[in-house]
Amino acid sequence: MSRNNFVGKTLAGLTEAIKQAIFAERYARLPGLLQGLDPRGKIITFLSLLIATAITRHLRVMALIYLLTIVLALASRIPLLFFLKRVWLFIPLFTGIIALPAIFNIVTPGQPLITLLTFAAPLNWGPFHLPATITITQQGLHGAEIFILRVATSVSLSVLLVLTTEWARLLQALSALHFPKIAILIFGMTYRYIFLFIKVAEEMFLARRSRTVGRTNTREQQNWLSSRLGFLLNRSYKLSNDVYLAMLSRGWTGHARFLDDFRFQWRDAAWAAFTIIFIGAIIFFGEMK
Amino acid sequence: MSNTVFKVSKMSYNYPGGLSGLHDIDFSIRQGENVVFLGVNGSGKSTLLKLIDGLYFPDQGTIEAFGEPLTESRLQDETFAFAFRRRVGFLFQDPDSQLFLPTVWQEVAFSPLQMGLVREEVEEKTNAALNALGIEKLKDRVPYQLSEGEKKKVALASLLALDPEVWLLDEPTANLDPRTQDWVIEFILSLTAKGKTLIVAIHELEVAKVIADQAYILGEDHRLAAQGNPQEILQDEALLLRANLMHRHRHVHPALTHRHPHQH
Ligand SMILES: Nc1ncnc2c1ncn2[C@@H]1O[C@H](COP(=O)(O)OP(=O)(O)OP(=O)(O)O)[C@@H](O)[C@H]1O
Ligand SMILES: [Mg+2]
Repeated sequence: MSRNNFVGKTLAGLTEAIKQAIFAERYARLPGLLQGLDPRGKIITFLSLLIATAITRHLRVMALIYLLTIVLALASRIPLLFFLKRVWLFIPLFTGIIALPAIFNIVTPGQPLITLLTFAAPLNWGPFHLPATITITQQGLHGAEIFILRVATSVSLSVLLVLTTEWARLLQALSALHFPKIAILIFGMTYRYIFLFIKVAEEMFLARRSRTVGRTNTREQQNWLSSRLGFLLNRSYKLSNDVYLAMLSRGWTGHARFLDDFRFQWRDAAWAAFTIIFIGAIIFFGEMK
Repeated sequence: MSNTVFKVSKMSYNYPGGLSGLHDIDFSIRQGENVVFLGVNGSGKSTLLKLIDGLYFPDQGTIEAFGEPLTESRLQDETFAFAFRRRVGFLFQDPDSQLFLPTVWQEVAFSPLQMGLVREEVEEKTNAALNALGIEKLKDRVPYQLSEGEKKKVALASLLALDPEVWLLDEPTANLDPRTQDWVIEFILSLTAKGKTLIVAIHELEVAKVIADQAYILGEDHRLAAQGNPQEILQDEALLLRANLMHRHRHVHPALTHRHPHQH
C-alpha cells in the first residue's frame, strides 16, 4: 500500500474502529464499573450530569465533571487514548468555528489581553460599528474556554454512556423511563443509519480498490471521493428508508421490548447516591461563590 | 369472503416526485395459495409487496386484507396493526434493511417480543427458529459480519419465529449460490406444506415454476400484463418476450426437480 493511498487507509481504519466500538459493542461487554450499572439509573444520572454541565457558569465545576468522566472511563476499562481521541477530534471542528469570534472585543467587550489592530478612529458603516482597536479580551477568552469545555464534557458524558451500554438495553431503558416514542424511534434509526452508511462506504472503497491498478495520486482520490459522496448519501438514504419499513413490518411501534429484566442493585444505589452528592456539592459551593 | 387474504382493486401508486410505481392493479389471493409476481427490474414487484404489507398506501384504488380495508388510519390503531403484523411476515429484498439488532439471537427474538409474548415463549420460538434454519451457531454473531446467504437465513428465521399465516418474500433466491438457492426453495416448499399463503416476487422463471400455483406478470409499464396458471403462462413465449422475462437466444431451464449438476 503506497503512501498515496491515504484516503482509503484513513477511512478503512475509521470504519473498522467505529464498527468494533459501537456495533460489536466491544466495550459494552467488558466487566467495568459503568457496564455493571442498571441502564435506567445510568441514563438518569448521566442526564443530571449533562444538565449540570449545561447550566453551570463556573469553569472549575466543568473541569471537575470532565475529570469525573475520565475517571469513569478508566474504571470502565475504556482505553484512555481512544476515549480522548473520540472526544477531542470533533471539538475543534464544531466548537472552534463558533467560539473563535467570541474572543474578540467586537463580540465580547472587556479587558484587553492582546491588541491585534489599531485604527485611527472607530469605524461606522451603517449599522456596523468597529472599535478603534481590535483586541482579544479576557472576558471573551474566558467565555470561549467555558464553551469548549462545556461541549467537551457533554460529549464525553454521551460517549461514555453509549460505549458502556448495549444498544438494545439503552432503547429498552429509554422506553422503561417513558421517553417519548418518537425520540426512541429516531434514536434507533440513527444507529441503523450510521451502520448502513459505514457499510455502503466500505463497499465503495472495496469496489474501487478492485478496479485500481497501480498508483493513483491524491488529487484523483479526492475527486473520486467527492463524486462518490453524493452516491453514498443517496444509497444509504434509500436503505435506511427500507430499514424503517422493515421495523414497522415486524411489529415495531416505538415501544422497545427486550428480554433481560433490569435489576437495581446496591451498586446502582451507591452510584445514584454519589451523583446526588456530587451535584449537590456543586450547587452548594456554586452558590457560596 | 373470509378465506380471501388480499383483495386489491384498481390500485395505483406513484413515488413522491411523480415517479410511477404501479398502475391500475387488480388481483385477489386466497388462503393457502402460492402466488408469484414476475417482472423485470423496476417493474414494481417490491412496491407491490410493500403496498399489501401496509407500508405504503395506494394513491388510487383499495386494498382489503382478511376482509377488512387496509388503510393508513386503520394501521394507526395498535390492536389492528398488531393483529395484521402478526399474520403477515415480509422478507425484504435486501436483508441488510431487515437486520438491525446487535446479535442474531436478538434479531430473531425481535418479532415475538414485539408481539408481547412471555419470556419462555420468546426463548422457545427463537431457539426453534434458529434450529430449523440450522444457524444455532450464529446466535451470538453480529449480523453485519455474516455472508449474504447467512443473512438471508437469519431474516427467514426471524420470520419463522413469528410464524405468520402469510409470507411475503421479495426475491428470496437472489444473490445466493446454487446450493443455498435450492435450500431456500426447499424451505419455501415446506411452508406450502404447512398451508401457509405465499406471495413471492421473483424474476427467475425456473424457480417460479416450482413454487407457484398462480402467476402474475408485471410489465415494464407497471401494469399487470397477465395472470393465470403458471404452467400456461410460463410456456407463453410471446408473453414472456414482451415482458422482457426471456431473451430470444435463451430458453427456459428445466424445472428444478429435473436438475442435474452441470458446469457453464
Ligand atoms: N424509493 C423510491 N423512490 C422513487 N422511486 C422508486 C423508489 N423505489 C422504487 N422506485 C421506482 O419504482 C419502480 C418500481 O420499483 P420496484 O423496486 O418496485 O421494482 P422491482 O420490480 O422490485 O425491481 P427489482 O427487480 O430491481 O427489485 C421503479 O421504476 C423504481 O425506479
Ligand atoms: Mg424489487
